[in-house]
Amino acid sequence: MSHVTSAVRTPLVTGGKTYADVTEDISKQVEGNPTREWTIAFTIAVIVLTYGTACLFWTWWEGLGVWGLNKTVGWAWDITNFVWWVGIGHAGTLISAILLLFRQKWRTAVNRAAEAMTIFAVICAASFIMMHAGRPWVAYWCLPLPNTLGSLWVNFKSPLVWDVFAISTYFTVSLVFWYMGLIPDLATIRDRAKSKVSRYIYGAFAMGWNGSAKTWARYEYMSLILAGLSTPLVLSVHTIVSFDFATSVIPGWHTTIFPPYFVAGAIFSGFAMVQNLVLIIRVVFKLEDYITVEHIESMNKVITLTGSIVGVAYLTEFFIAWYSGVEFEGYAFINRATGPYWWAYWAMMTCNVITPQLFWSRAIRRSIVWTFVLSVVVNIGMWFERFVIIVTSLHRDYLPSSWAMFHPTLFDISDYIFSFGLFFTLFLLFSKFLPVVNMAEVKTIIKSSSEKLPVSVSGVAKGERVANPTFNKNVE
Amino acid sequence: MENTSKRYWKGLEELRNDATFVKNADSEFANPDLSESSNDLEEGLLGGSNTQRRDFLKVMGFGMAAVSLAACETPVHKAIPYINKPEFTFPSISDYYASTFVEGGDYVSVLVETREGRPIKIEGNPSSTISKGKTTARAQASVLSLYDIDKLKGPKRGDTDIDWDTADREILSQLSSVAAKGSAIRIVSSTILSPATKAVIADFVAKYPTARHIMYDANSVFGIKQANQASFGKAVIPSYDFSKAQTIVSVGADFLGTWIAPIEYMGAYAKGRQVGAMAGGKKTMSRHYQFETGLSMTGANADYRTAIKPSQEGLVVAALYNKVAAKVGGGALSTPSVDVAHLDKAATDLANSRGKALVVSGSNDPNVQTIVNALNNLLGSYGTTIDINTPVNYRQGDDQQMNAFIDEVKGGRVGAAFFIAANPVYDHPRGAELAEALPKVQLSVSFADRADETASLAKYITPAPHYLECWGDAEPKQGYFSLMQPAITLIFKTRQYQSSLLKWAGKPADYQAYLKNYWRANHYSQASGFSSFDAFWVKCLNDGVLEPNVGAASAGGASFTGNVAQAAAAIAQRYKPTTGMELSLYEKVGVGSGAMANNPWLQELPDPVSKACWDNYACLSQKTAKEMGVAQNDMVTVTVNGKSVELPVLVQPGQADNTVSIAIGYGREKAGKSANGVGKNVFPFVSLTGGYATYAAFSAKVEKASGSHEIAQTQTHETVMGRKAVLQETVLAAYQKNPKAGRYEPKVQTSEGPVNPTDITLWNGYGKPNHSWGMVIDLNSCIGCGTCVVACNAENNIQVVGRKEVLRRREMHWMRIDRYYSSDADVEDYTALEVASANPEVTFQPMLCQHCSNAPCETVCPVLATTHSTEGLNQMTYNRCIGTRYCANNCPYKVRRFNWFKYFDNDNFDYHFNNDLGKMVINPDVTVRSRGVIEKCSFCVQRIQEGKLTAKKERRRLAPDEVQSACAQSCPTNAIIFGDLNNPESTVSKVVMGEQEGRAFHVLEEINVRPQISYLTKIRNKDEEPKDNKNAKQETPA
Repeated sequence: MSHVTSAVRTPLVTGGKTYADVTEDISKQVEGNPTREWTIAFTIAVIVLTYGTACLFWTWWEGLGVWGLNKTVGWAWDITNFVWWVGIGHAGTLISAILLLFRQKWRTAVNRAAEAMTIFAVICAASFIMMHAGRPWVAYWCLPLPNTLGSLWVNFKSPLVWDVFAISTYFTVSLVFWYMGLIPDLATIRDRAKSKVSRYIYGAFAMGWNGSAKTWARYEYMSLILAGLSTPLVLSVHTIVSFDFATSVIPGWHTTIFPPYFVAGAIFSGFAMVQNLVLIIRVVFKLEDYITVEHIESMNKVITLTGSIVGVAYLTEFFIAWYSGVEFEGYAFINRATGPYWWAYWAMMTCNVITPQLFWSRAIRRSIVWTFVLSVVVNIGMWFERFVIIVTSLHRDYLPSSWAMFHPTLFDISDYIFSFGLFFTLFLLFSKFLPVVNMAEVKTIIKSSSEKLPVSVSGVAKGERVANPTFNKNVE
Repeated sequence: MENTSKRYWKGLEELRNDATFVKNADSEFANPDLSESSNDLEEGLLGGSNTQRRDFLKVMGFGMAAVSLAACETPVHKAIPYINKPEFTFPSISDYYASTFVEGGDYVSVLVETREGRPIKIEGNPSSTISKGKTTARAQASVLSLYDIDKLKGPKRGDTDIDWDTADREILSQLSSVAAKGSAIRIVSSTILSPATKAVIADFVAKYPTARHIMYDANSVFGIKQANQASFGKAVIPSYDFSKAQTIVSVGADFLGTWIAPIEYMGAYAKGRQVGAMAGGKKTMSRHYQFETGLSMTGANADYRTAIKPSQEGLVVAALYNKVAAKVGGGALSTPSVDVAHLDKAATDLANSRGKALVVSGSNDPNVQTIVNALNNLLGSYGTTIDINTPVNYRQGDDQQMNAFIDEVKGGRVGAAFFIAANPVYDHPRGAELAEALPKVQLSVSFADRADETASLAKYITPAPHYLECWGDAEPKQGYFSLMQPAITLIFKTRQYQSSLLKWAGKPADYQAYLKNYWRANHYSQASGFSSFDAFWVKCLNDGVLEPNVGAASAGGASFTGNVAQAAAAIAQRYKPTTGMELSLYEKVGVGSGAMANNPWLQELPDPVSKACWDNYACLSQKTAKEMGVAQNDMVTVTVNGKSVELPVLVQPGQADNTVSIAIGYGREKAGKSANGVGKNVFPFVSLTGGYATYAAFSAKVEKASGSHEIAQTQTHETVMGRKAVLQETVLAAYQKNPKAGRYEPKVQTSEGPVNPTDITLWNGYGKPNHSWGMVIDLNSCIGCGTCVVACNAENNIQVVGRKEVLRRREMHWMRIDRYYSSDADVEDYTALEVASANPEVTFQPMLCQHCSNAPCETVCPVLATTHSTEGLNQMTYNRCIGTRYCANNCPYKVRRFNWFKYFDNDNFDYHFNNDLGKMVINPDVTVRSRGVIEKCSFCVQRIQEGKLTAKKERRRLAPDEVQSACAQSCPTNAIIFGDLNNPESTVSKVVMGEQEGRAFHVLEEINVRPQISYLTKIRNKDEEPKDNKNAKQETPA
């Protein structure tokens, strides 16, 4: 890419990497034998996936009665998990599309992993769409397919149909975007490949990439076009997911604030998940020079911003519930905070609103450990947010005669675990067999040799003064 | 003008216009061999050479269809077609037979709906003036008992299956040996309503002079009979007419639920309670006082209810007598005074409504009943609200004879014992003693349909069939007769006990002929206007009933001759204030005394008040539970007279403090899969005081035990949380001033000022050009009995899910009755609002799919599985449903039900739908839903469809009220009215029109879903405002 990095900016890649270093550092993970850490992690992921698959099979074999749902609470963990995973899936596209359009070049080091995460998260989300259907074998009826069932069509009024369109579009665009970004790197690996098999396989996926100027130009155009296409998707997908609730009549669901609130929440949780993943990758694959503390800090800032938006949304909901004077709405919110599921509500408030504010402290937001822990906390909080919205609104709605409690069963939990098994299996396969950092794009942002750092400086630690005066500008 | 059009010939033949050509000109293909093929027709469709293209296609189409059909494995199996179709049976057309539901002393005249020869549904018989076309929950459920797989398939000797010849031979030889020895022969039965059966028994007794017939009831009212003997010289139970009473006082009588004959009382009571368009504009209603221990369904309907301890029952009756006597003139009784609420008020109202008052008592103590008689006599009830000259036969049991029988058995004095519809080992307080002594009886025979607790101890079981397989008659009330006819041939090798007794008495065993002869001799002789007995018989069978040909018979009066002073002295001696715990036993509306306990529909029917099913439990008041340190579901040990039972606690608002109420009818051990081990048997707690069964104990010990047992309740939240959008109620005085009293009419603020929420809408609505099916539910008439729930189960093949699934809040009932207790809290105090008052006002609200015109469920279904019809129905297409449950979540009324599992053919749900016999009860017009789909009330669309088709065939429009939903048809109080809102002649339209500016409201009107069901406000005949009204929010939502 033809980015010009000003000499006065902090370098985004540290350690004085050359183009060759980049290729070597990143390709060696793909080319070498699996590391011990990877093998252990992958084994665990596959075991979890196997267990989860068995539980999922049983869920389908017996019926959804193995879950803890009831006549009053028709959705609980299933849709909570679905929304949670979709939300996580938002960060990838945001990083690759919106940040591309905003020329946030630091994104190049993390966008590959984030996009992969997006795709896998959307797969997990989709698995819950299938899972929650009473008759999953006919779930394809949600698609507007020509059929022999008579003049049957989908219900275009239903937010679930909108969901199907939104998620499938999002998945397709994300996949294409991700794959397209991979092509130059696949070609690099093809060219370096020593075995015939890998040369053939990577070559096939590289689709004849030849590195010519014309190819690069097309690559650039496509990136821009896809970024343009994906940008509205980042906003639309979770907006539409929020319509599942916002268009209903249930107090606590029937809320116009949901679209922006859901989008902010999605980015919030997505970034937290990206943090978790890249913090592990950078250590395991020794990519500290590519994914630097600057990256982590930038993402923490996004987390703080979106977390605060979410916090404001929570308070707004409460205000409106009171201000509307609607008895049912008012009760729904009092019940959230003080009813039988008060603990879920306060878990959500603590994890999503209070703890991310710690990132106002520079030390915390630049601390690897704090970042990792708080990111986990954020995702716990966001899971509870969806649980609170879904379960506490449903369990006490209009007629007190039907009020009921939801208690999860082993299968609610195991089918959630299934999605972790699936996600990590896919992500680990990705991290082993594909370059986890976009080599081609990273190469565009490393400083040219004339501005090379002294070899002794391995990174820009916080507050550290560096000999080269051009570095001090941003640090100040 | 010159004609320029040329003509082209197809060939020389056409030009020549020869005959063969002209003949075949129209056929598509030339056929050169016409002359030869003309005689080949018999070769078949294709054999002939003049096969046409269409024929070819037909044959090919048939061939393909045949081949592809042959390739499929036909999934239908064991469906046996009629080889010779019965003359008047048409597949898919229902036949209705009038018959009589009799279960012990319970009676309902019914129409049995049969399809292809199998009964599938019980409807009320409108010809009967006793049940008036209405039914009870047990009558509705009885059809499922017909297909109970746990029943015996034939006679048994001990555990050995034998055939009838063997059984007859062995029983006869033993019987003659017993008779030869001169030992006593005893026929023990529950109440027998059938005069013909009694004649059979008389014949049997004539043959074996040492035989005697003993009747007893598990829920005895023997004391009333004895009191009437003392008071009026007639050992009878009179007819009560609750509709004529202006003031009703019941001391412990659950007359709407379980006392004597609820089927009669429910309708009459509701008549007295209905106001406005439901009752022709009437604006008065009866006032009902209830003094009782546990909160019964009747108490829940009372205007003023006072919780009393069982030890106060006699004193309350005596005090009431004294207070009334003081007002109307009469001597005071010397009984200790008792200080309970509403006693003075009740006495005043009673005195003010002399001649229109009715006092009933559930006590089985003849002394209490004597005072009640005296009180009713003071009030002039005899001849007005009580008709002692037309006694009823519902409970004929004699506690003393039964007690003596057990002594006889214990003393070895009984040579032969026969048990007819009687299970004393289970349901008699001395059942355990009987069980021990029964082997001493040389010949013991039970006619039970299953090896129940008594039958399994008998030497022989000669099973009698279900009433739907039987001939019989009944006389529920003196002079009112009813016929029972089989609606199906015998399913198992069973034989009516009447036939067995006739056979063993050496008579022809044909009970049908016997019955006909009996009717010929006893009824035909008095009938007039019939050309022959056969005509009379057919008419009676057709009507199902034979009733006195008089209009409203005036109630007979009587002169009271009872000894009040003696009764008062006995009361003063027996009823003394206690400080400890007391016990009260009650019956549940569904399971009753336990005879039909193996009926899963009844087991899953929630108790009207506690909403608990599949269990009995110890009801404790809030205060007592708190004092004892126990909470709901904690186990307690209840000890009475040295006998103990461990039960879970149910905290029951309205329960008298320091009392425990437990339902009888549970704890069956040998009733079958559905009943065995459900709850605990508390019949041993019944004591025999002075020869009268007492369903209470003045001294009981209740101790906390270890562990807990969760009680399955279909509703766990007690109060309505002050939500006037859900429940609207007022008091009579306010209603009389303003028919809209108690209505809640929220407004929405707009720039043009406040408007009705229904005036603002996003939707265009659906046209209802033809019919518009709708319903009115009168909260004032609904007494909460649950008959509609069971009727809906039966009509719509609703699955039973069992206790564990109910605990997980997954019952499948399409129709439910929400029960709300009032709360004493302020409306903003949500935490306190969750707690019911100690003695709450209760409201029952039947809740079913509201068939919203702007249905929230319809918009959210992704696959259009739920849609709107042009007749106002919200329809559910099961086989399109993919099971997202979005519709159920978005239903504001939470009436949609999801099939969490496959409930049929699944051994985890062994409630008759997993065997071929049980599945015979399935209504073929209604799909049995598969797992993974949503279901809900359809307004009995199959009935609507059937009605419309019938009308269409007859080239007419549907008559008003011609189509009735199962719930409306069964409702004993007419609280549910179903019909076409577009037809101004239909009852439902009339009521809706009449109440539009009055009591009619939609539940949750403000969310503008526009339900097809209107509710009418609940009106209490109280002087004070309803408790919940004081609390309810008056502000309007924006």
